[in-house]
Amino acid sequence: MFTFRFGILLPAALCLISSVCYAQHPNLGRPLSPDEISKLDITVAPDGTGLPAGSGSASAGAKVYEEKCQSCHGPKGQGGPQDQLTGGVGTIASQKPVKTPVSYWPSATTIFDYVRRAMPLQTPQSLTNDEGYAVTAYILSVDGIVPQDAVLDAKSLPQVKMPNRDGFVRWWPVPKR
Amino acid sequence: MKERDKAKIAESAGGFAAGNGLLDRRSLLRAGVLAAGIAGIGAGIARAAENVGADAPEWMKTPGRSFSPYGMPSKWQEKVQRSFTLLPGRPGTGTSRTPLHLLEGTLTPNGLHFERHHNGIPDIDPNRHELVIHGLVKRPLAFSVETLMRYPMESQIHFVECSGNSGSFNQREPQQTTAGGLNGLISCSEWTGVRLATLLGEAEVNREAKWVIAEGADAAAMSRSVPLEKCLDDAMIALYQNGEAIRPEQGYPMRLLLPGFEGNMNVKWLRRLKVMNEPVNARDETSHYTELMPNGKARQYMFLQAVKSAIIKPSFGMNMKGPGFYEISGLAWSGSGRVSKVEVSADGGKSWAAAALTPPVLSKALTRFRLAWQWDGRPSTLMSRATDEKGEVQPTRSVWVSQYSPIQFYHFNGIQGWSIEADGTVKHVYV
Repeated sequence: MFTFRFGILLPAALCLISSVCYAQHPNLGRPLSPDEISKLDITVAPDGTGLPAGSGSASAGAKVYEEKCQSCHGPKGQGGPQDQLTGGVGTIASQKPVKTPVSYWPSATTIFDYVRRAMPLQTPQSLTNDEGYAVTAYILSVDGIVPQDAVLDAKSLPQVKMPNRDGFVRWWPVPKR
Repeated sequence: MKERDKAKIAESAGGFAAGNGLLDRRSLLRAGVLAAGIAGIGAGIARAAENVGADAPEWMKTPGRSFSPYGMPSKWQEKVQRSFTLLPGRPGTGTSRTPLHLLEGTLTPNGLHFERHHNGIPDIDPNRHELVIHGLVKRPLAFSVETLMRYPMESQIHFVECSGNSGSFNQREPQQTTAGGLNGLISCSEWTGVRLATLLGEAEVNREAKWVIAEGADAAAMSRSVPLEKCLDDAMIALYQNGEAIRPEQGYPMRLLLPGFEGNMNVKWLRRLKVMNEPVNARDETSHYTELMPNGKARQYMFLQAVKSAIIKPSFGMNMKGPGFYEISGLAWSGSGRVSKVEVSADGGKSWAAAALTPPVLSKALTRFRLAWQWDGRPSTLMSRATDEKGEVQPTRSVWVSQYSPIQFYHFNGIQGWSIEADGTVKHVYV
């Protein structure tokens, strides 16, 4: 694979912007094995890159939700003391937009990624991958984004069509005026 | 000094610079220094003949207290604190604000830096923390804190501003609160650390790479997509804040510093950088820090904090003590570079005078502006308007609001104003 040799290019570039520059790099980083990386890497991309093995159904997700999410987010993702998770579909262009993961977020993968890394608030990173898929399926089933009997996994989750998937305009690089 | 000489100085410096008593930014300093010097000599002669102990305050007549391992502000300053509201059920999420209205200069004391946390402040053992760089790189690498301390370091003074700062300006009525209450999700520090480009260079980034996904080691594993271009430019792995190890609230033992980019991207407690070819639609860059427009489309990956300013003195809560001389002062900044000009109006925008910018005026850092004002006691409206070195100027609030959905509040940078009532009360007004 072709790689940039920043080791050669960068010191010259840094000399222009830093007050101090050195001809040599310290090169003190500890090389990482693929195994070490796989234990740390929890990033999930919209195309499904990084999704783990496992699967979960919306019906199994309803039980997980009731047990671990409902006290904060309310029944079916609404009316709880914390963020509303469902509903609001079709309101984004109105005078009173209701931004929820279902109505606003462009990628279904974001729900799985966020639940897996940060939820539940008191015990983050405690859900199994199956529970993560299941609770994602349940949240999406409330508004009919996926069927009531949907089963989500690494293959099907990135294919879920979110209602607001075309709602974003990428602003980087900043468009020229 | 003779009246004739005083008049000459005022005349040569220009005197009034704009309507309703705004003085030229050069006039005051020159006249003031000479007069104070003469008065000082006079007082010195009178005192020499008296018993100094008789009139001395008690703290001059008894030894002061001894040393302390870590100094604290004067007890008379105990009200200088961050402000915050605890959210029920999630005390570790939300924000605290820097009390800008109780501070001077441009650098924020470490204990008063604003905070934004997504699930509390982690208590990280630096001996068990590593920064990992992987993804589209030839050599995935881990750097311990101890290792990073051996790298060449640099120091840069930069602000960090939450993109939700000044968000209440989207409300119909101006919120009656202090300058810090309105704008306190910004702080400015000298950050010292290792240039990220150095570490990415050692990892050898692949040609197809375009983005870097940064992740924190907090209980939200807060994650953001950062353009590789920025990571190879002025991005830093910051280890020190104003000369001491970075505070836990700011990311101990290390944070990502992206000068001029919205605060949320300056990922605290940084543990992992994954080099990729596309951004990942992380939760905070989809649910939160986007710009929703009236047609339902939202700008995403809108990173630069725009040019902005606020008058800090006077502001809400600092009522005027009658007509006479006042120094107007405030803060200006831009995520795109240096502030090139700040103009102040005392007549609601009819006329503007250029304020003095207190050196050093640094790129992507807070800049203090000052202007002398003779208030005649009549109701007045103060405003400030900043321009940056790219030529960008603050819009009016109404122009800013008209661009967005009614619920949009991120990235507000409109012109702000304070009204001075005849009785000296300072109120927040939309201008």
